[in-house]
Amino acid sequence: GEVVCEPPNNKLDKFGGTLYWKEHKYPLSNQNMLLRGCVLRNTEWCFGLVIFAGGRGAAAAARGAGPPLTRVPRPGPDTKLMQNSGRTKFKRTSIDRLMNTLVLWIFGFLVCMGVILAIGNAIWEHEVGARFQVYLPWPEGVHSAFFSGFLSFWSYIIILNTVVPISLYVSVEILRLGHSYFINWDKKMYCAARRAAAEARTTTLSEELGQVEYVFSDKTGTLTQNVMVFSKCSVNGRSYGERPRGSRGRGAAGPAQPASCSAGDAQDVLGHKGELGQRPEPVDFSSNPLADPGFQFWDAGLLEAVRRGQPLVHDFFRLLALCHTVMPEEKSPGGRGDGTGTAGTAGTAGMARGWHGDSGENMGTVGTAWGWRGRHRDGGDGEDSVGTVGTLLGATAIEDKLQQGVPETIAVLTLANIKIWVLTGDKQETAVNIGYSCKMLTDDMTEVFVVSGRTVLEVREELRQAREKMMAASRSVGNGFCQEKVPSSKLPSVLEAVAGEYALVINGHSLAHALEADMEVEFLETACACKAVICCRVTPLQKAQVVELVKKYKKAVTLAIGDGANDVSMIKTAHIGVGISGQEGIQAVLASDYSFSQFKFLQRLLLVHGRWSYLRMCKFLCYFFYKNFAFTMVHFWFGFFCGFSAQTVYDQYFITLYNIVYTSLPVLAMGIFDQDVPEQRSMEYPKLYEPGQLNLLFNKREFFICIAQGIYTSVLMFFIPYGVFTDATRDDGAQLADYQSFAVTVATSLVIVVSVQIGLDTGFWTAINHFFIWGSLAAYFAILFAMHSDGLFHMFPNQFCFVGSAPAALAQPAVWLTIGLTTVVCVAPVVALRFLKLHLRPQLSD
Amino acid sequence: GGVGLSGGGAAGGGGGAVKTRKPDNTAFKQQRLPAWQPILTAGTVLPAFFIIGLIFIPIGIGIFVTSNNIREYEIDYTGTEPSSPCNKCLNVSWDSTPPCTCTIDFTLEHSFESNVFMYYGLSNFYQNHRRYVKSRDDSQLNGDNSSLLNPSKECEPYRTNEDKPIAPCGAIANSMFNDTLELYRLDNDTRIPIPLIKKGIAWWTDKNVKFRNPSGDTNNLTALFQGTTKPVNWPKPVYMLDSEPDNNGFINEDFIVWMRTAALPTFRKLYRLIERKNNFQPTLQAGKYSLDITYNYPVHSFDGRKRMILSTISWMGGKNPFLGIAYITVGSICFFLGVVLLIIHHKYGNRNTSADIPN
Repeated sequence: GEVVCEPPNNKLDKFGGTLYWKEHKYPLSNQNMLLRGCVLRNTEWCFGLVIFAGGRGAAAAARGAGPPLTRVPRPGPDTKLMQNSGRTKFKRTSIDRLMNTLVLWIFGFLVCMGVILAIGNAIWEHEVGARFQVYLPWPEGVHSAFFSGFLSFWSYIIILNTVVPISLYVSVEILRLGHSYFINWDKKMYCAARRAAAEARTTTLSEELGQVEYVFSDKTGTLTQNVMVFSKCSVNGRSYGERPRGSRGRGAAGPAQPASCSAGDAQDVLGHKGELGQRPEPVDFSSNPLADPGFQFWDAGLLEAVRRGQPLVHDFFRLLALCHTVMPEEKSPGGRGDGTGTAGTAGTAGMARGWHGDSGENMGTVGTAWGWRGRHRDGGDGEDSVGTVGTLLGATAIEDKLQQGVPETIAVLTLANIKIWVLTGDKQETAVNIGYSCKMLTDDMTEVFVVSGRTVLEVREELRQAREKMMAASRSVGNGFCQEKVPSSKLPSVLEAVAGEYALVINGHSLAHALEADMEVEFLETACACKAVICCRVTPLQKAQVVELVKKYKKAVTLAIGDGANDVSMIKTAHIGVGISGQEGIQAVLASDYSFSQFKFLQRLLLVHGRWSYLRMCKFLCYFFYKNFAFTMVHFWFGFFCGFSAQTVYDQYFITLYNIVYTSLPVLAMGIFDQDVPEQRSMEYPKLYEPGQLNLLFNKREFFICIAQGIYTSVLMFFIPYGVFTDATRDDGAQLADYQSFAVTVATSLVIVVSVQIGLDTGFWTAINHFFIWGSLAAYFAILFAMHSDGLFHMFPNQFCFVGSAPAALAQPAVWLTIGLTTVVCVAPVVALRFLKLHLRPQLSD
Repeated sequence: GGVGLSGGGAAGGGGGAVKTRKPDNTAFKQQRLPAWQPILTAGTVLPAFFIIGLIFIPIGIGIFVTSNNIREYEIDYTGTEPSSPCNKCLNVSWDSTPPCTCTIDFTLEHSFESNVFMYYGLSNFYQNHRRYVKSRDDSQLNGDNSSLLNPSKECEPYRTNEDKPIAPCGAIANSMFNDTLELYRLDNDTRIPIPLIKKGIAWWTDKNVKFRNPSGDTNNLTALFQGTTKPVNWPKPVYMLDSEPDNNGFINEDFIVWMRTAALPTFRKLYRLIERKNNFQPTLQAGKYSLDITYNYPVHSFDGRKRMILSTISWMGGKNPFLGIAYITVGSICFFLGVVLLIIHHKYGNRNTSADIPN
């Protein structure tokens, strides 16, 4: 035989091919297709053929009988599922990219400084140096000022290279590692029921958590618990299981919920405790010794019906008992003579809708099971074609409750200006219902647009109508502003300020059209104008495409959260992928960057950890650039007074140790421990999250401010000692302005100024900060005196030629007066400016 | 992911890998370390500015007054002007014999009461040039015998001369200042020499730790420096710098002072001390003086200047107008800033305290 089929693709719902077998042709459709990982049950035998098994081409094996029937030992890259899984990309944060740019700029700046000083050197050697040769001849091989300048360029590149913060990368990684550990250690993100703590699976993204603007969430298992609980049923047209009104809302959050974390946590994320309202007594099943004690059902009518022995109810339960697996097609009578026993999958929504409509309860009805008496043929995908033969016995409603704290979390995240899109594989009705129950959609909303067109034109038309409605509304509201509307082909902040609250619900097949190149902008524009977006019936790849779309056009940080294998591609695509370790295995977790077990932890991850992380990283970067510039630029100014000869201002050991010993630990401590507001505040005031989204704390402007501050410091650091030392003498009459005393003075002022500066920057002085800051200062003086001691000089006279300089210089009042003056002049303007900023333009966190 | 892509089932067994350990409830791990949170409030910033102002202004005035009380007198004897007595020596070279001498008369308007320090000053002289600064061998200067005969490569091109190692080697030593300055008081046409003390002008550590003569069996420096040659520019070898043995060789204080290189191209170095003899007479009374210069050191070729400076000193060293003025200025600015911030605080402060946090 031979199979002719379509080439490997990522469409999960379509397959086309032909099987040639003994001169017969058999059509192959998606009905004949089992995706990788599927398990066939209740099947005695079947023939299988593996296609798309990877690079090896078609047709590998066919095995018979019994589950597991087909299993591809290694994931073939061509299988539909693998094609859907998306590519693993190395994720980097926007700060990382900015940092790389800045480091390149600094390189450019370094070269510029080198060139300036080299030109200076050439001129100096030509004008002065050539004549100074009586005392300082040019070195061997240098015959022209030009060549000397060329050499001095490289010398300056070497001595000024400290302006390029090489240690920055290492320090940033240390910071992120620290932040990741804080996430791992957070006991408020620990789920007692699952005994799982939050886990930062990557250490490279922590500050991006503070900048998230879009959250893409899966539904089942993420917003809901993915624990199916029998909730209602309808037999013969009568509905059982209405929950008493008094218990609506949180009535179900009892001890029966295995996944609920509230039982274990003394206080949950939101601080809500206890139950609301009185709960009526559930049905007493104690008469039945086999009953599951955890099961609660509120409608005694069903039990009554069973006890009365209604035949239909008994049939219904018999079917349920026999056919627990939902199967698309009946194979044979399930052992019972009358040929009963099929449950069709089902999404037929009539009844479910009815339930939702009148109950308004906080529950999602995900599965309805239809029981049929007699054989029936099921054609198609079960949704559209309800079978034609058989009698409807009844339906069950299985409830998948929302996870604890989901509506509150969504509300808080929305207040933090984070837009939440739900991307689910479920049907539209289910998705919309969940949307209502987790308060994403509310009845107050001006309108909920539903896009479910099946053709390109329909979809385009629906999107256009939605936009027009929104625009019409905003025009009528904001009539004071005569705003010119740009054509919608341009990307779009036009609709950003739409009045009223809208929501968009889009179906998978419409989404496929909407995501095409010519419509994606239109779609995005519409979607972004809506407060809530729900995409249903989407494939894993579409999830990733939606994320990619937002990433591409909105330039915003996206976060995808999901629990199942179908979320993997979106988790990989988004800037940050969060995996919920739930019922669906750990594929999502394995692909994710962060994982925890409850959706509600997301707000803590973003608003507390992410926010702090971002804040710390930004303050860290600002200070790091500042201190390197303040340190290095002194050489530049000194160059103008030493014949551009690449003479360093400081002693060589100071240069070596400045970045590693004297200034590294205080700024690391700040970068790891700093807090501007306590964690409760950032939860109470989600607006505090906004600076991160707007990228306010570290951007090119902030970078230039830091650099300017560093250069300002370096100018004072050189010219104040210069002014003081020019003609000064020591108190014993000897010269004060010798090179070594000058070096000690400048180095000491620098260390003191940058320590004061880190002191100002540190907003949260823990014992560790104290220890590092004071320790660094102490280490500086200890090392300074050790390096300038007699003992080391006697051992290595040529290496420690600064012998005696520190004690001699630091005994001079003039030196201390210089240091004091430099410190005040460097720090006072910073304090004044910050004070003014605090007063005139206070930030929310102030 | 509710849609049943149950592929997760295969990997589901690995779910146990998820950490089950409850995080420790320590202040460190929960980021609840006790901490001090300083905030720039009006209550701290404003007083700080006023206090800095109030501290700096008096200090500045103190320094300024002290500096103004210091007597300082400076003569430029480079001789570039044709009228200068030293003009004839302008183009002197290192080995000119006999040495060119010149005399400059000057008048001190005020007497110098306390000890007077005599400096020579050089301008446009790049003692801080990188190649200059490193052109020395501290090991040799510290009396190491092997370095004496085999100086460091840093000394090039003043490392050896005619195959003999130079002691002291290097460009710094080679360019040592060698003018001789003598001071006379003119009293009714008689020249009374003023005693100049040449010891006690170097740092203690330099004299006693950093610089040492080579050691050997003998105290005879000539023998100890056997096998070395004098620096190219020097008229005589290092062991003949002075007649006193504790001021000769590497521990000659003029030499040590010269070897402590200056940070800036304009500098002054201590040359001699003039001690006050008794309490009844100023060290240098007002009147006419004469400076005799043995002009050996050429600076004209690179536009250098040479000065002789007489100065008294105070607790904070010599004359230093910059520091005093800078302190007064910074103090005033801080005070002024304090006032400005206070006004701003009063004007805008109330608005902020009542501002609600929008939620």
